Amino acid sequence: MEIIQQILNGISVGSIYALIALGYTMVYGIIKLINFAHGDVFMLGAFIGFYAITQFQMNFFVALIFSMAITALIGVLIERIAYKRLRNATRIAALITAIGVSLLIEYGFIYIRGAQPEAYPDVFGRQSVSLFGATIDMKAVLILSVSVILMLLLQFIVHKTKTGKAMRAVSHDTEAAKLMGINVDNTISATFAIGSALAGAAGVIFGLYYTKIDPLMGVIPGLKAFVAAVLGGIGIIPGAMVGGLILGLVETFVSAIGFSLWRDAAAFIILILILIFRPSGIFGKNSREKV
Amino acid sequence: MTMLAVKDIDVYYGNIQALKGVTVTVEEGEIVTLIGANGAGKSTLLKTLSGLLKPKSGSIEFLGNSIAGKPAQGIVKSGISHVPEGRRVFANLTVEENLELGAFLRKDKKGIEADMKKVYDTFPRLLERRKQMSGTLSGGEQQMLAMGRAIMAKPKLLLLDEPSMGLAPLMVKTIFEVVKDINEQGTTILLVEQNANMALSVASRGYVIETGKVVLSGSADELQSSEEVRKAYLGGH
Repeated sequence: MEIIQQILNGISVGSIYALIALGYTMVYGIIKLINFAHGDVFMLGAFIGFYAITQFQMNFFVALIFSMAITALIGVLIERIAYKRLRNATRIAALITAIGVSLLIEYGFIYIRGAQPEAYPDVFGRQSVSLFGATIDMKAVLILSVSVILMLLLQFIVHKTKTGKAMRAVSHDTEAAKLMGINVDNTISATFAIGSALAGAAGVIFGLYYTKIDPLMGVIPGLKAFVAAVLGGIGIIPGAMVGGLILGLVETFVSAIGFSLWRDAAAFIILILILIFRPSGIFGKNSREKV
Repeated sequence: MTMLAVKDIDVYYGNIQALKGVTVTVEEGEIVTLIGANGAGKSTLLKTLSGLLKPKSGSIEFLGNSIAGKPAQGIVKSGISHVPEGRRVFANLTVEENLELGAFLRKDKKGIEADMKKVYDTFPRLLERRKQMSGTLSGGEQQMLAMGRAIMAKPKLLLLDEPSMGLAPLMVKTIFEVVKDINEQGTTILLVEQNANMALSVASRGYVIETGKVVLSGSADELQSSEEVRKAYLGGH
């Protein structure tokens, strides 16, 4: 029953990528910016959760929600301070700014608290459940349930609420959205808030799963989540979910068949293949960009 | 009563002046049309009225209040809805969601429901397709949706930009009948059209715009019989 265990591991890792990828894809969908600081918001989420549990003795789930609230705020601040004034600038200017924000968060954080890693509190111990003869780590079940709940919640927000409809409208046609009376600035802020909250949640469950966190931990998962978003079709929400899961499964199987050193490479090989053969991603329509 | 008074406005795209001292008034209950060639500045004027562009000078008064330079959402709130050129429906949303967004600033749930029903009565085609992605609609249906969406805001003044563009003659007729209908139900209309014949047949007054300036204005009849207008826009001899 090794295979079921591997699949579940893959899905757990994949759902973390998916949660981060959602933020990339939502922000890209609405302002056409690859927010490279997104992986660092994920890192901050992990640390906020860590301090909430260790310093403030919060219950894991309270810490999770607390971390999501603070990262949502951080996401909005990043947008208002760094990206808003570049909305009419060239896309490369905004992209370079995003890289700058990323470095600022990473090294600013190291400057304040130092670069030493922390061990995440093992709040659930080594509990496990049996399923079809496979022993499944409680944490994997937890990660999976948290991710599924958050993704369902996101689907609800995007499709059923007024804010969600406004987000889709702005992402399709900003000017027409203004003509409906939609406040574009607030809608963009809401997008950053939701995307960053998902990254914050991913950070907390990442800490729980991998047990070690450090200020540069956002770099590789951030890049991989970006790959996941591109794989699914950047700007397409279900694409980010599927892309994340595929990436997690591929990585787990690459390790499982004995190429664990190639695990990280797998993600980037996928990126290269996607960019060559299907640049618009799995769910994307193959349309040439209008210039 | 004067609903809209545009006085002497100048509008620029960067360094290029698109409107030069344009003065236009619209009385309550009227259909007023702006006719002119491509690039004359008709759409620019509508975009300035709905807050997408800001005039560099001049004044715009709507129901006695200045709206020049106000953000678009404030202008929608004060009662102006703009159906942009090329419909610009939200292709990734369903027909019904598009209509809901039209009522984005309204809070009166019952009134919204009633107006949605009215839109469906006016355009039964939209009711049939209400759960469909609006990107899958035909051009004429998208025009209906764009107009329905604007009506959902309950505007006092409706700005229509080229509603007949790219539509089959029969559909053009339908659209213009609806324009008349909307007007008879009490909404004032400012209509931009290249199809000057059609426009002058429903409008009470019109303005002719050339290269950013109003060159002629008058009642629809006067314009229809004017030699210059006939030559330039009506294809007459």
